[in-house]
Amino acid sequence: MTAVDLPTPQLGGLDLVPTTDAPQKAKDYTSDQEVRWCPGCGDYAVLASVRSFLPELGLKRENIVFVSGIGCSSRFPYYLDTYGMHSIHGRAPAIATGLAVSRPDLSVWVVTGDGDALSIGGNHLIHALRRNMNITILLFNNRIYGLTKGQYSPTSEVGKVTKSTPMGSVDAPFNPVSLALGAEATFVGRALDSDRKGLTEVLRQAAAHRGASLVEIFQDCPIFNDGSFDVLRKGDDVAQRLIPLADGEPIRFGNDGEYGVVRSDSGGLEVRPVAEVGEDALVTHRAGEQDPTQAFALSRLSDQDLTHTVTGIFRKVDRPTYDDGARAQVKAATEQAEQRGDNLQALLTGKDTWAVMPTPEQEA
Amino acid sequence: MSTDTEVGADLPDRLVAHGEIRQTEVRQTHRVVIRFAGDSGDGMQLTGDRFTSEAAAFGNDLATLPNFPAEIRAPAGTLPGVSSFQLHFADYDILTPGDRPDVLVAMNPAALKANLKDLPHGQVLIVNTDEFTKRNLAKVGYESNPLEDDSLAPYQVHQVAMATITRTALEPTGMSKKDAERAKNMFALGLLSWMYHRGTEGTEQFLREKFAKKPELAEANILAFRTGWNYGETTESFAVTYEVAPAALPTGTYRQITGNLALAYGVVAAGQLSKLPVFLGTYPITPASDVLHELSKHKGMGVTTFQAEDEIAGIGAALGASFGGALGVTSTSGPGVALKSETIGLAVALELPLLILDVQRGGPSTGLPTKTEQADLLQAMYGRNGEAPVPIIAPASPSECFDAAIQAAHIALKYRTPVFLLSDGAIANGSEPWNVPDVADLPDLSVEFATEPNSPDGSEFWPYLRDDDTLARPWAVPGTPGLEHRIGGLEKADGRGSISYDPDNHDRMVRLRQAKIDGVEVDDVTVDDPSGEAEVLVLGWGSTFGPIGAACRRVRAAGMNVAQAHVRSMNPLPGNLGDVLARYRRVVVPEMNLGQFAMMLRAKYLVDVRSYTKVAGLPFQAEELAGVLTDAVKGDLPA
Repeated sequence: MTAVDLPTPQLGGLDLVPTTDAPQKAKDYTSDQEVRWCPGCGDYAVLASVRSFLPELGLKRENIVFVSGIGCSSRFPYYLDTYGMHSIHGRAPAIATGLAVSRPDLSVWVVTGDGDALSIGGNHLIHALRRNMNITILLFNNRIYGLTKGQYSPTSEVGKVTKSTPMGSVDAPFNPVSLALGAEATFVGRALDSDRKGLTEVLRQAAAHRGASLVEIFQDCPIFNDGSFDVLRKGDDVAQRLIPLADGEPIRFGNDGEYGVVRSDSGGLEVRPVAEVGEDALVTHRAGEQDPTQAFALSRLSDQDLTHTVTGIFRKVDRPTYDDGARAQVKAATEQAEQRGDNLQALLTGKDTWAVMPTPEQEA
Repeated sequence: MSTDTEVGADLPDRLVAHGEIRQTEVRQTHRVVIRFAGDSGDGMQLTGDRFTSEAAAFGNDLATLPNFPAEIRAPAGTLPGVSSFQLHFADYDILTPGDRPDVLVAMNPAALKANLKDLPHGQVLIVNTDEFTKRNLAKVGYESNPLEDDSLAPYQVHQVAMATITRTALEPTGMSKKDAERAKNMFALGLLSWMYHRGTEGTEQFLREKFAKKPELAEANILAFRTGWNYGETTESFAVTYEVAPAALPTGTYRQITGNLALAYGVVAAGQLSKLPVFLGTYPITPASDVLHELSKHKGMGVTTFQAEDEIAGIGAALGASFGGALGVTSTSGPGVALKSETIGLAVALELPLLILDVQRGGPSTGLPTKTEQADLLQAMYGRNGEAPVPIIAPASPSECFDAAIQAAHIALKYRTPVFLLSDGAIANGSEPWNVPDVADLPDLSVEFATEPNSPDGSEFWPYLRDDDTLARPWAVPGTPGLEHRIGGLEKADGRGSISYDPDNHDRMVRLRQAKIDGVEVDDVTVDDPSGEAEVLVLGWGSTFGPIGAACRRVRAAGMNVAQAHVRSMNPLPGNLGDVLARYRRVVVPEMNLGQFAMMLRAKYLVDVRSYTKVAGLPFQAEELAGVLTDAVKGDLPA
């Protein structure tokens, strides 16, 4: 088998999507459907952020498509006045793939949850990331199955007591950011549902990224997993838990920046008081670094107890996208075919034919 | 030659003196069945393909049956490793690859053992003696060498040391002994080409192109091929050669085509005729992978192919492309259909066009990947949750796959529905001459996307407001301003398309979806009954057309009346089918499953059809079906 080099496209994520000068408001993206999530659901906050963020893109509304799978979060498309498809469990990345390949003029978004994306749809997720499809995936992670009424999910903590694990879960969870980085994702970000500013910034950069963007959104299920991320929202030690990333800056956090991230003896990263290690020891965050090692280590700072939870953009690198590559091949082949004058009749006839001629009687 | 004579070929062979060029006697015959059999690594499929091309180029009618193991290279010399290619060519229109060979070429003891039972006594057996070693004989359980005992006495045996002769001939090329012997299949092809007066230029040209990057291999194979030809010419062991005149087929330009190639061309054509981009989302699976391979060559004709991570993603991507306004296609076999079922259900709910090409193989589970079967019919009919009707088209021959693909696309686009196309391993890999259609005669499949709001007051777009005639919903593709809408797998309100849990609405929507498919326009079934007096009807579907037709010719030739009809639309069934069934005293339904179509007919028409079934991984033989039909005519068929 031979290999050929594919070009790296120098395009932004939305560069082929038609824009409009007409002013847009969040209301323009609000469909006539009544939102039916439970009161207090984190999905409301995400919906509000997305509705108010989309006008900023200045895209023609009809060129935006939201595709979802199954689960509470997957009702999302119904509440946005764009094109949308509420598909089947776990398959949204696959459906979005076909749409994105065949329609470069669309901004394609996938809305999914921890069960949808990481359990039943795990295969499609990793392959969409690996191929670097030009889609933006919003992974709502509430660490529980909500729509089926409270079973543990592939991101639930070990030991979690749920309807299906009355003695506690013995199932080791996925770390979605680690998984995405391992699947060669070119853009990985994380935000908290209630942090509109942080979430919007991650969304902005995810949308602008050409290739697959995975955004993990920590999101609360008030009915079956209430307060699961409260330690990141309130209390005295929030600032000691949350580690917001700023590209090009030393990774430092705490109420007064008293903590920092340094290289550990094991080859990874660890949190240390700055006073102990000195400012010079702090690692600088570089989202554009091709080597994903540091991004991966950052994703491992946070264990399931959320002691050190990194938010922001872990990784943002350029790599050829599948859809651009596939379209380039079709375009090149089409141009060659036109030059050669290929047509359907010639294809059907082929090279090896024989003629059965009419007999004299038939001709007469 | 022909022992299992088809009607039209039962004239006595004429002896023709032909002394000018050859000393050998030349006989003219109407039809010949040749089977090349050898080890998987012996190149039997290639050899068969080449002979087929020569027969096609000569103007014979032909039909082929490749038969090979699922393993790429089973252990050499073993029974599971035997690969064969049967070719039937004739000077008149034939319907099957032939029940039994007139000539069997056996490259090793395993090939002999596996195939000899099919060779009628008195017919020609050409054996490569080099492989008949003690070790190879023991491998397949021969206690004594059949070339030395009298077990082959009933046949016209030609023992040829093909490997040795080929190796010797290739000595001047300096090739290794092993490499030289690998060309022995070309020796066999050369010998058979001589026996049947086939040209040599086509094969030589083919070899030069195939080995264009390794000219030394091309020349070695050509040398082996010529050696085989000269062997026939110069040795006196072959007393007779045979001529099969071109067939008097309908006028036109012909080419040879396999079912999978025709299927791929049909998809390309459907894209061109609908002016839509084609998007194939698929996953490799035997025996459907050739459709992917072929379509991936036609990017220049607007075809995008996507090899997905699994069967589910393949169809998911195809459906996503359909949502975006492409002709979404997925290709697979039975196990893949099982995985795609949920997405097919989604496509039923979304009411979007989608082609599902199912090249059936033996099941259940992995079953017999390289063998044929028709046991996906009920899976295609009913293999989804809920009431999820899907139209089903079933081509009857390799070349019909082309028309079937266009028809399936036509239905999918017109009615906004997934459509099944049920091919099978026999017609997928089998080949026949194809009267190449004039593109100008092909139907226009163009579609109109929705562009305007359609609600009664003209202010909104209602995605489930149906066309009065077809019951199809509008196809509004993303990028169309003002028609932004959401669709999905949840039940939709009739018309408006918003989510609805209303009981009456669900009942209405289930019935509407069914009515839409029931209303798909399909051709009436035609009945072939030359006598007009038949009391027995044989009704088939799919690839059984050939053997059933050949069986009918035999039964009629024996002076009995039998009517034949063949269904190409399995859902909905032809509108006249009930009337046709009612006209006959007895209806026989042969199928390569355990009676799936028979069950549908009994359920729908309350007709006591007689089911005749076989699931051997191979097509029916004309001879066996002729026996079944004879029994039916005579009233001896068991209930």
